[in-house]
Amino acid sequence: MDFSGSDRSPGPAHEDALPASAATAVKIVIVGGFGVGKTTLVGSVSEIKPLTTEETMTQESVGVDDVRGVEQKSATTVAMDFGRISIDGQLVLYLFGTPGQERFWFLWNGLFAGALGAVVLVDTRRLESCFDVIGRLEQRGVPFIVAVNRFPPAPLHPVAHLRAALDLPADVPIVECDARSRVSSRNALLALVRYLYTLSTTTENAATGVAASALAERT
Amino acid sequence: MSRAPNPSSSWEQGGPARLYVITGGRDVSGRRADLDLVTLVVARAAPRPEMQPEQAGILRMCQYPLSMAEISAYLKLPFSAVAVLVADLLAERSVDVRGAVRRAGIPDPELLKAVMYGLQRL
Repeated sequence: MDFSGSDRSPGPAHEDALPASAATAVKIVIVGGFGVGKTTLVGSVSEIKPLTTEETMTQESVGVDDVRGVEQKSATTVAMDFGRISIDGQLVLYLFGTPGQERFWFLWNGLFAGALGAVVLVDTRRLESCFDVIGRLEQRGVPFIVAVNRFPPAPLHPVAHLRAALDLPADVPIVECDARSRVSSRNALLALVRYLYTLSTTTENAATGVAASALAERT
Repeated sequence: MSRAPNPSSSWEQGGPARLYVITGGRDVSGRRADLDLVTLVVARAAPRPEMQPEQAGILRMCQYPLSMAEISAYLKLPFSAVAVLVADLLAERSVDVRGAVRRAGIPDPELLKAVMYGLQRL
């Protein structure tokens, strides 16, 4: 956007402003291989037109992470498309999609730090593209689910085959979704949050785990 | 800078030189520890004429709460540069921030329940 020649200072359109009562914001990160539909998913559920934020990784920040082959670059810009969902008057959910080269995402420490969790969006035609991503999420302890983006020409894989192919633990949910559909994308996010809820209750108090599963089933 | 901000030149796209000027060439590490992409920023003062245009811009766009990510998108500045600007505004009490960064680990069940119910209504 070019602001020269316009008197309007940058900022959200009036209808895109959050209520004054907004007090807490949380984030979910959508990851997956190139062209799998991450930005499409964000756009399907976002209440605002997706925006782009970026971070410049300097030599110093690059050196912090072990990514071979990146060290010699002095600066790399990582861009993230994101959208927003107002949960209620106080709570806001932000969704960050990750275009570009996946090896750079994990250099942006602030992206995954504090995130509720991640949705790994998978194209069954290019399963191998998400191995690295899943490995890094596990390494960082970021809870995630796998959502299979249902491209019409993509081969249908039974869930059990996918789980084996991706070497996923039995408790990590795999759901199907159509990133172009608001409801379907919403359901993928819900599957993640239900999974997190189950984790949160079983971790803190194993006895309430059954109740959590029951709630997740019911909702 | 004592000149009034000039909107016709203030928002021109720029490379590293622009960033360097905006942040005063300061290293941002350590200053951004408590500012997350989803930290909400709210202005508590009106922009002043002598302010840096980007900081005045932040005060104008944060009349209502706005996340650091959105500020970064609207200003077309990297997150770390926005963090420097917001840290300065915080220091002079021109803005408030809301929504502290969660610690690592599994989030609070009550928070997750709220998110679940919110998504179901979508």
